Amino acid sequence: MNPIALILLFPLLGFVLNGVVGHKLPKSIASGISTLIVLLSFITAAMQWSTVAADLNGSVNWDAYTFFNLDGILFKAAFSLDHLSIWMTLIITGVGTLIHLYSMSYMDHDNNTSKFFSYLNFFVFNMLLLVLGSNFLMMFFGWEGVGLCSYLLIGFWYQNESFGGAARKAFVMNRIGDLGLLLGMFLIIKNFGSLEYNVVLPAIAEGSSSTVLISSISILLFIGAMGKSAQIPLFTWLPDAMAGPTPVSALIHAATMVTAGIYLVIRCQVMYSLAPMAQELILWIGLATALLGALIGLRQNDIKKVLAYSTVSQLGFMFVALGVGAYTTALFHVTTHAFFKALLFLGAGSVIHGVHERQDISQMGGLKKMMPITYITFLIGTLAISGFPFLSGFFSKDEILANVFHHNIVAYIVLVIAALLTATYMFRLLFLTFFGEFRGTDYKLSDVHESNWKMTLPLIILAILSIAGGMLNLPHYLIHEDGFLASWLRPTFLIFEHSNHTEISTEIALISVAIFVFLFGFIYSRNRYVSKGINAETPTSGIGKVLSNKFYIDEIYNKLIVRPIEFFGDLLFALFDTLLLYSVTFSINPILKLVGRFNRKIQNGNIEYYLIYMVAAIAILLGLNLFFA
Amino acid sequence: MLSIFHSLEISHYIYLSTVLFSIGLFGVLFRRNAIILLMCIELMLNAVNLLLAAFTEYMGDMQANGQMFVFFIMVVAAAEAAVGLAIIVMVYRNTRKTDVSFLDQLKDS
Repeated sequence: MNPIALILLFPLLGFVLNGVVGHKLPKSIASGISTLIVLLSFITAAMQWSTVAADLNGSVNWDAYTFFNLDGILFKAAFSLDHLSIWMTLIITGVGTLIHLYSMSYMDHDNNTSKFFSYLNFFVFNMLLLVLGSNFLMMFFGWEGVGLCSYLLIGFWYQNESFGGAARKAFVMNRIGDLGLLLGMFLIIKNFGSLEYNVVLPAIAEGSSSTVLISSISILLFIGAMGKSAQIPLFTWLPDAMAGPTPVSALIHAATMVTAGIYLVIRCQVMYSLAPMAQELILWIGLATALLGALIGLRQNDIKKVLAYSTVSQLGFMFVALGVGAYTTALFHVTTHAFFKALLFLGAGSVIHGVHERQDISQMGGLKKMMPITYITFLIGTLAISGFPFLSGFFSKDEILANVFHHNIVAYIVLVIAALLTATYMFRLLFLTFFGEFRGTDYKLSDVHESNWKMTLPLIILAILSIAGGMLNLPHYLIHEDGFLASWLRPTFLIFEHSNHTEISTEIALISVAIFVFLFGFIYSRNRYVSKGINAETPTSGIGKVLSNKFYIDEIYNKLIVRPIEFFGDLLFALFDTLLLYSVTFSINPILKLVGRFNRKIQNGNIEYYLIYMVAAIAILLGLNLFFA
Repeated sequence: MLSIFHSLEISHYIYLSTVLFSIGLFGVLFRRNAIILLMCIELMLNAVNLLLAAFTEYMGDMQANGQMFVFFIMVVAAAEAAVGLAIIVMVYRNTRKTDVSFLDQLKDS
């Protein structure tokens, strides 16, 4: 059997099994099957590594099915495992396995465990469809599929009305982005007559298409990426998506699904390389998102909300990298981010579990004694994301900063500020949760408990990956050649990627800035939240209030977009429904009643009358016949 | 004996069967007793039978196609009478009446 088919069918099988018979099996077996199946998918993909590595032009292919043939344009379910997609596949199934394992314990008390796991497997299947597809059509299939799973899992605890609202919000916002993606795909079909990557992308690489066309396609596809990867202006769904169970936030809303937009841009690298305008747009939107997310993250008190805004901000970092043409760097940051953000979310889940489903960090503090493993792994995650030297986040973020430095000095300064804020809010979160005095009011510190091995094992593995993840793409100044990921990805790119080999003095300066940024965040937060012992604040005035209210962006959207649409809807309702439709239907109503009252007399159920009608009708027909014959 | 029939005009047969048919028709329309209804239907059928036989003779049809029809109608009529009587017996058992005007139970009122 084709290895791609195996990789794809394992999670699909898990989805069907858990969905159909899962509720009849014991919880541990149902969830065990689903975890094992993702692991099998991971192993199958890992076994293909050497095959893919040996074959530079891409790869293991699988032409599964042709949907239809429209005027010579084939719409196929075709897949390929190339250097880029196997990388993503390993991240998805690898991190996915750990999070499945974690969920086995985390969702143990829930009554719908099998439903949860079937959704989770279905998500993995769709995500694999997205990255393994060798054309835009399959990518779009997966794209919509992960959107659906995201909706289902955000609203998993659907009895809570606001959770359902959050799910709908995510779905609607994603649809707005998807419209851009669809329009981009239409433009591609119209101009290149195909959706296959290996037809469209080389055609673009030839360089004969107009810049306007390439730019419009790039920008439309980027709008799709904006929705999925939560960039300004379509980012507000991601913080709300934290309504879902924590493993879902870790898997879907941090490690994998939200990086689909970055995958899309990397896949279309050739397109963006030829569209400087689109690149510039990506750079500034990413920059704005990175800064905005980091600022809001400073004053959030919900442990998951802080991480959510941190994700928004980190996704901004990745788009900044894409905007300056550093595609490898972006994928590198996707990878390290998948490790440390999944770790942080799972750590947060472990904390939430340990303090009995509480999420407010102003009610925590001093938990490190009670939850040592969670504390140490969370610390490692925090160090990694803040850029502690030689952890994974340090390398990937430093690479982004270096690339931006060579591109645009203003953007560099803004990004450094965002990085500084990142370190600040992450240490704020760490200190408020694990350090200082215990501040819980409605429960005792002795109630807090460490989680079991199913939850701590993924934490430990992810912590190791967060430490060592930087090895995947060591910078030039350390090893004097291209990093592993950079040389691995090179065959994927049709246009050669410029890599900036900076002089050692500049490099040292950049690293010093990065270390200063880390130290500032650490010392500032330590001083404020440990030495002075300030509790998680809810500012009531000034800039802090704006931050803790998320820049009032939801309110602004409500006023600017939702209200006018509602008003327009009300208007149409008053005009067309009430005035036109109601008056027409209500005036027809009495006529119909009248006719009905008359007709009912004819059909009175009495056989004699029916006979008379029959004879009369025959007589009339015969009479007519006599007259007109 | 045969000459008597031949001396009768075709119009006599038509008058007779029209009268028989009309009696049957009015009986069906205006009587309520189900058994009489059934008898009246037989009467109508027989009026038609008479006409068929007479016209066969009148047209000099040596294959007697019309008379063939008469036999078919008789068979059908016998079957119909059997079914009809069975229904009437069942109705009588349930309602102790054979009056058709009471059979309006299916009406939604």
